[in-house]
Amino acid sequence: MTDRPKARPRWHIAVFLAPALLVYTVVMLVPLMQTLLLALENVRDGQRVFVGLDNFRMLFGDPRFSEGFWNALANNVYFFVLHMLIQNPIGISLAALLSVPRLRGVAIYRTALFLPTILSFVIVGFLWKLLLSPLWGVAPNLLGAVGLKSLFAPWLGQEAYALTTVSLVSIWQFVGIPMMLIYAALITIPNEVIEAAECDGITGLKQFFKIKLPLILPTIGLVGVLTFVGNFNAFDLIYAMQGALAGPNFSTDILGTYLYRIFFGFQLQAGDRYMGAAVATAMFVIILIGVCFYLFVIQRRMRRYQM
Amino acid sequence: MKTSMLKATVALATLAALSSPALAQTTLTIESWRNDDLATWQEKIIPAFEAKHPDIKVVFSPTAPTEYNSALSAKLDAGSAGDLVACRPFDASLALYDKKQLADLSALPGMENFSAVAKTAWSTDDGSQTFCVPMAAVLHGFMYNKAAFAELSVQPPKTEAEFFALLDKIKENGTYVPLAMGTKDQWEAATMGYQNIGPNYWKGEEGRKALIEGKQKLTDADWEKPFETLAKWGPYLGDGFEAQTYPDSQNLFTLGRAAIYPAGSWEIATFEAQADFEIGAFLPPVQNAGDTCYISDHPDIALGLNAASPNQEAAKTFLSWVASPEFAEIYANAAPGFFPLIDKPVTLENALAKEIVAWREQCQPTIRSTYQILSRGTPNLENETWTASANVINGTETPQAAAEKLQKGLDSWYKPGEAVPAKAN
Repeated sequence: MTDRPKARPRWHIAVFLAPALLVYTVVMLVPLMQTLLLALENVRDGQRVFVGLDNFRMLFGDPRFSEGFWNALANNVYFFVLHMLIQNPIGISLAALLSVPRLRGVAIYRTALFLPTILSFVIVGFLWKLLLSPLWGVAPNLLGAVGLKSLFAPWLGQEAYALTTVSLVSIWQFVGIPMMLIYAALITIPNEVIEAAECDGITGLKQFFKIKLPLILPTIGLVGVLTFVGNFNAFDLIYAMQGALAGPNFSTDILGTYLYRIFFGFQLQAGDRYMGAAVATAMFVIILIGVCFYLFVIQRRMRRYQM
Repeated sequence: MKTSMLKATVALATLAALSSPALAQTTLTIESWRNDDLATWQEKIIPAFEAKHPDIKVVFSPTAPTEYNSALSAKLDAGSAGDLVACRPFDASLALYDKKQLADLSALPGMENFSAVAKTAWSTDDGSQTFCVPMAAVLHGFMYNKAAFAELSVQPPKTEAEFFALLDKIKENGTYVPLAMGTKDQWEAATMGYQNIGPNYWKGEEGRKALIEGKQKLTDADWEKPFETLAKWGPYLGDGFEAQTYPDSQNLFTLGRAAIYPAGSWEIATFEAQADFEIGAFLPPVQNAGDTCYISDHPDIALGLNAASPNQEAAKTFLSWVASPEFAEIYANAAPGFFPLIDKPVTLENALAKEIVAWREQCQPTIRSTYQILSRGTPNLENETWTASANVINGTETPQAAAEKLQKGLDSWYKPGEAVPAKAN
C-alpha cells in the first residue's frame, strides 16, 4: 500500500474565479450592501445616524410615504397581472404558430414580432404617445374611418384607463421575449415524440395541449419569473410616456417611478437618499420573495421530461 | 529629448504664470445654466462691460441646465468654481448661502435698485440678507391670437365674467379651440392655471405671506376659489385635453388653431418666431371691474459671488454693473420675455414684451405661492399643486377636496413660525 500523494492546493481555481468575483463584488455586491445599509440610516438634527427600521416604519405607516407606496405597489401588481394574462399567452400562441412546420416566411414574422423589443423605450414611448394623441394621433382618425370615433378617448390622460394603456404598450413592446424563449423550447422537441403522437392520432390543437405544452412548462415558468422581475423593476416606459409624476393623479405610478421621485427628487422636491434606499430595499425584498416562491414552490413541483 | 521638452513646458508655464499679473488684468469666470445665452454674453454683455473696465476680463462658461445644480455644488466644494455663479431662485441658492459658499451682497452698490419682492428669491427667509443680484423674472398672463379675435370681432376681457362670456362665444363659433392648455404634463395646469389666475384671489403678496405665517389656509375661500374657476375651464379646452402635453398646447396655439393661450412670458421669442399671426396679451381677469389686479412676476435667475473667489473686488465691480439699468436693458432685449427685476425704467424693443411688462405698472406683482419655504418638506406643496390642479380641471377631484388635500399635506410637516432649513437638491 502506497501513500496517496498529498493533494496540492489548486490555486488555479482561485486565480480563474478572481476576476469575475472581483468585478461582481465591486459593481454589484458592495453597492447593494451599501443601499441596504443606507436604508437603515437617516438624518437626525443634521447628523447621519443609524435609525434601525424607522425608515421602513415611515414607508409603510406614515401616510406621507405609505399612500404613495401602496398605490405604486397595487399599480405594479396590476401591471404584472396584465402582462401574465396577455403578454405571455400571446407569446406562447405566436411561438406555437411560428413552430408550425412548413410555415412560409418564419424568419420575417419572427423578426417583425421581435423588433419592438429591441427598440429603445424612448422611441416606443414617444411613438405611442403620438399614435394615441387626441390632437395629431392616427388613432382617432383610424377609428373614425370605420365609424367608431365615439370609442376614442384620451386614454393616457384618464385615470381609469391610463395604466391599462401603458401596460398594453409595454406588452406590445416585450411580447417578443416570451415568444422567442418558447419558440426555442418548441423547436427542441424531438420529431420522434411528435411522430409518435401522430401515430396515436393526436394532432392539431390537441397535440399542442397534450404533448407540447407539458414539455415546455419549465420554459413557461422561466418566462413567468422573468416577467415578474422585469415588471417590478420597470420604470423607463412609464417615465417616457407619463413623466416622473406618473399622472394622471399617480394612476400609472409603479415602484420604479415612485423610487425615482423619492431618491432623486423632482422639481422642488429634494431627493432623499435614505428613504429612497428604503424604497429600493423594499423592491428588492418583493422581487426576492417572488423569485424564491418560484424557485422553491413552483419549480420543485414541475415535472420534467427527458427528451 | 523628452527631458528637454519637459523643461521647455515648465519654463513656458512659469512664464505664463508670471506674465499674467504683469498685464494687471483680472479674469472673472461666470458659471451659468443658460447655455442658450452664450452668444448674448459674448457679443453684447461682456464687450459692453469690458469697454468700461478694461482691467477686468470676463469669461462666460455655462453648463447644461440639468447638470448645473450638481456640477456647481461639486465645484464649490472642490474650490474650482468660477468667481461669479448664476443663482437658481429660492432653496437651491439659499442652501449654498447657508453653507457660506455664496457671499453676502446686501451692501453691494446697486442693490438699492431692487424692490424687496424682486429680492425675495435670493434673500434669507427673514429678508435681512441678500446674496445674489436679481437678473430676470417671468410674468404670467394670457396670450391671444389677434387675427382670430378680429375675425370673431371680440375684445380681450377685463373681468372674469367677460372672460367666460368670451370663451362661450369662441366655442359657439367653433373655428377655434377657446383655450390651448392640456393637463397631461400637470405643471401647465398649476403654473399657467392656478398660479396665473390665483394672485387675483389671494391678493398677491398679502395672501402669500399670510399663508407662510399660518394666518391663512389653503382651504380658505381665497385659495380655493381659483380651483373653482379652473374647474370651469375644462369644457373650453381642446378635445382630449387630458392627454394634451405642453408642446401640444404650444403647437395648437402657434398653428392658429386656438384663440387663447394661458402663458408665461418666456414663450414670447419662440411664439413670435413660429406663429404667422400677431400675438396680443391680456392680464389674468379680475373678479369685479375695478378690482386691484395682481400678477405673478416670478424670479428666475440672478448672479451671485463665490465666497471663495480670489477676485472679490473685481467681481463686486461686475455685480454692481449687473445691478445697473444698462445691463438690464441689454439682457432684457436679448431675451424677450425674461424681464429685468430692476426698479428703474428699462426700454424694451419687442412690442409684446413691452405690452406684458407694462402690467407691472398697473398691477401688484407677487411670486408663485408655493416656491418660498412651503415646498421644503414631504409632501412637496409645489408638486402636489400640479396634481391637484390637473385633477380639478379633469373633473376627477372637487375644488374643495383638492384644497383640503393640499392643506392636509402642508400641515403634516409645516408649522408656521418654526424654521425649516433649505435643502439643496
